[in-house]
Amino acid sequence: MRDFEYSRAETLSGAAGQIGEGASVVAGGTNLLDLMKIQVMSPARLVDISRIGELQGISDDGEGLRIGALATNSELAADGRIRSGWPLLSRAILAGASAQIRNKATTGGNLLQRTRCPYFYDTAMACNKRSPGEGCAAQEGVGRMLAIFGTSEHCLAAHPSDMAVALTALRAEVEIRSKEGETRRLPVTELYRLPGDRPDLETVLAPGEIITAVRLPAPMAETRQVYSKVRDRASYAFALVSVAAVVQMDGDRIGSASLAFGGVAPRPWTDPEVDQALVGAAPGDEAFGNAADVLVAQAQCHPDTEFKKPLLRRTLIAALREATGLAETATGASTARIPA
Amino acid sequence: MTKTFRMNEAQPRLLDETGQGIVGAPLDRPEGPKKVSGRAHYAADGLPEGAAQGVLVRATIARGRITGIDEDSVSGLEGVIGVFHGPEFLRNPAQGMAGEAPVQPGGEVHYHGQPIALVVAESFEAARDAAQRLVVTYEAEAGVVTDPARSEELEQDDPETAGDFEAAFAAAEVTLDRSYTTPAQAAAAMEPHAALAEWEGDELTLRGALQMLRFNKEELADSLGIPAEKVRILAPYVGGGFGSKLGIGPEAVAAALASRTLGRPVRVVMTRQTVFDAVLRRTETSQRLRLGADRDGRLRALSHDDRVSNIQGEGFAEPVSQASQFLYGAEGLSFAQTLARVSRTPAGSVRAPGEAVGMLALEQAMDELAEMLEMCPVALRLKNLPEKNPMTGQPFSATRLGDCLREGAERFGWDARKPMGSRREGEWYVGMGMASAARSNMLVKSAARVRLSGEGAVVETDMTDIGTGTYAILGQIAAEMLGLPVEKVEVRLGDTSFPGASGSGGSFGANSAGSATFLAAKAIRETLAGRMGCGLSELTLQEGIARGGNREVPLAELIEEELVEEASVEAGDTSESHFSSGFGAHFAEVAVHAYTGEVRVRRMLGVMAMGRILNEKTARSQALGGMIWGLGAALTEEMAHDPRTGHVVSRDLANYHVPAHADVPGDMTVVFLEERDDMANPIQTKGIGELGISGAGAAILNAVRNACGARVYDMPATPDRVIAAMEAAGF
Repeated sequence: MRDFEYSRAETLSGAAGQIGEGASVVAGGTNLLDLMKIQVMSPARLVDISRIGELQGISDDGEGLRIGALATNSELAADGRIRSGWPLLSRAILAGASAQIRNKATTGGNLLQRTRCPYFYDTAMACNKRSPGEGCAAQEGVGRMLAIFGTSEHCLAAHPSDMAVALTALRAEVEIRSKEGETRRLPVTELYRLPGDRPDLETVLAPGEIITAVRLPAPMAETRQVYSKVRDRASYAFALVSVAAVVQMDGDRIGSASLAFGGVAPRPWTDPEVDQALVGAAPGDEAFGNAADVLVAQAQCHPDTEFKKPLLRRTLIAALREATGLAETATGASTARIPA
Repeated sequence: MTKTFRMNEAQPRLLDETGQGIVGAPLDRPEGPKKVSGRAHYAADGLPEGAAQGVLVRATIARGRITGIDEDSVSGLEGVIGVFHGPEFLRNPAQGMAGEAPVQPGGEVHYHGQPIALVVAESFEAARDAAQRLVVTYEAEAGVVTDPARSEELEQDDPETAGDFEAAFAAAEVTLDRSYTTPAQAAAAMEPHAALAEWEGDELTLRGALQMLRFNKEELADSLGIPAEKVRILAPYVGGGFGSKLGIGPEAVAAALASRTLGRPVRVVMTRQTVFDAVLRRTETSQRLRLGADRDGRLRALSHDDRVSNIQGEGFAEPVSQASQFLYGAEGLSFAQTLARVSRTPAGSVRAPGEAVGMLALEQAMDELAEMLEMCPVALRLKNLPEKNPMTGQPFSATRLGDCLREGAERFGWDARKPMGSRREGEWYVGMGMASAARSNMLVKSAARVRLSGEGAVVETDMTDIGTGTYAILGQIAAEMLGLPVEKVEVRLGDTSFPGASGSGGSFGANSAGSATFLAAKAIRETLAGRMGCGLSELTLQEGIARGGNREVPLAELIEEELVEEASVEAGDTSESHFSSGFGAHFAEVAVHAYTGEVRVRRMLGVMAMGRILNEKTARSQALGGMIWGLGAALTEEMAHDPRTGHVVSRDLANYHVPAHADVPGDMTVVFLEERDDMANPIQTKGIGELGISGAGAAILNAVRNACGARVYDMPATPDRVIAAMEAAGF
């Protein structure tokens, strides 16, 4: 690990003053510190924002919930309002990481965590995300965890967050404060850039901008929310594929659907055509399969990720079966999806 | 004077006569409180005054020559003390029980990730930074083969055979010919490999994370070119081994070299990534099973061929068909192995080498055969229990495989098993599977010293406790033999200044070090019988009181000066006349998600006969741990190598998937059947931990097949593979 300066900001404006060239914001540090140890990231300065009061807490602002950027994953997952109004978010968070990590990891940090592509983590391997212009060792490498949507010849990395996938399906927005103190809001999906030829630029955040909050719109009435995550072991693994589904029924047909997909793209993936394909459909494997075909048709696979097409298709069907009541209701988080 | 005992004939069951009830009891580990409160010092715990810290530098080519190590590239960095490399550096850890230095490649690189230098600094962080920045230049070889499947450098011995396999297979009424693959696996011990070296004159003391100190001392001395008596190794606590700490490793030799030059202690702790790069892995395997049987299920022909890999210069080849050679037997048997040479992290012993992967294939093939015969898998196995080791003709020393199978089926509710694919609960298919378990049993030369004073007893041996319960069981054996409460026995382990033991490996530690402790304590009993004026068989020792010859004397009065006895045990004639193996039966119930292919194990049962149980609690933990590793091999574990350079891609515990708690069912049961193996060793025990893994994964995979029709031939059975196999089976 390289030496770095450390400073603690007490206020947002104080933080803004400390963030300069070569600095990185740190809150929970659950990803950043690991990356610093293996020198994939070596910021010259860490600005610790973890004590800033304005970034804490979860409040009801009348339009929905405002989640402070420093709210921990555990705090969020356990919040009674979230569990009743936005259970998808709670389930997605609990499907990720471990209890220890969730106690420390923050909302803002979760959104900004880096990919788990193993070539990004190995400094002996070429990686455009780590060292722009170096090349992408993953293209001809081992690729089980790679993305199948939104990639480029320069980068195949997937975004690892479960929380962000749920927030996307819930149509959440991020609240961003500029260095000058101005605030703007963006839908979660618009926070992220696709890699193109600059995989190192992962978000649209301008220098000095800080995520201050996530805003959840008021829940739609009578929705069913499901998070299905499939991975290589039952817990503490990143998604091979995941599906966040918010479904509203209109009688015995689907009134609306908002879907987002994890483990498959450089950002939480969405496809409006898939959502649209479900509107007016009678719940059933055939209708769900047709919608899934629309999604999977767009996939571009590395040889090692060909399996993600059938797996994503099947996981989407499984999630929609659960959301529409075709499947027996599972209890709790997806890790506990074992029949009694 | 050490008494050496050779195991030449069946021994009386003295531990059944002593009557304390201490041996076998489910006692807590005496060192447990120290471990959970952080007071047990492992190799890297504690840093002596003035110690420097080293970080290993890895090679970043697959094969070639180092043309330059630019020390100037890091010498100016704050805190950096020096860069070390040279002819003594090890390419990889020694194989188990080598007793000599492993390959020392000089300036050559034989695999990506090979430790080639050590950077020493005042802090770990500075050393790691410098190790990262050190500029190394290479002359890389072209056309290096890193993929075992593409290797043309093959070594093949003549098949091991009994009878005429080809003829028996051709004549069989029902035949099966299947191929299976298993991936490379990592030992994945929690404690990373570490060494702390300190010299006093020409004498080296090394604190290490090592399993077999008697051998490690020789290996370290040979690596450094110094006499073994100048080396002392300490490893009182070891945070898991699973085979990865059998032999001396690059970190120990590098620490010793740097410390000698610098004249100060040097500690080298492998980073987790280096553990994956440079510690011996388990080879990937490809296996072909051919079974021929009569319609009634009698096996006529059995062949188990395999292909494994290792780097050039390593003698180890995973003994894949080990259990297949004696578990069932048939008129015609044939076992052929091909070893492919490859430039990849070297392979060695990882938990239950042979059985752990070989039985995944054998026991799945048996399940397939049962299906073809429309026969119950338990009945098929019961039909084929051999009378003798079918390859060698040796009688088994003790076998209760049939009892394990019957008892297991009864306890598990096996008769409730439904036809394939017919049990569905919501979105989940549910099924049951089973497999036999076998793991050959060994006795390895071991010595121990027992001291008895009026205060209590002390056991001393260089045996290790790698989390397995050695402290507990050696204390129990001595307490049982000497009539003392266990609290009055202190066990001192992990120090080469004590008598040399087998070390921990091959599940033979309890047999071997336990027997040596038993024999030393027995010698003390003989002395005490003499003092009591009675025969050995008349002597009873209980709660600190000796009785015999119509006298009753407190031990403290009988002992003026401390009694000290040292004993050594080694295998003898019984290892030739009889074949000893642990046997068992595994049962599993799984749920498979009909859409996503996720597998959740709902319950597991292992019924095992493994000789005398020395501590019911630590034995159970060993067996459970083994079964969980079986689950990992079946469902989650896979070490990924880059196809171009062969380097390990899954270099940490986030990417190398050992089973997490959520993978392990709450309902896991282990049942020990009463057994004494009189031919195995003087305490009638057999190895435990590795029997737990052997066959366990196959029971799970057979349950997957019963649940949803998926037969997965390429392990592990991850969701994508289960889906593909389900679709292939028409589900």
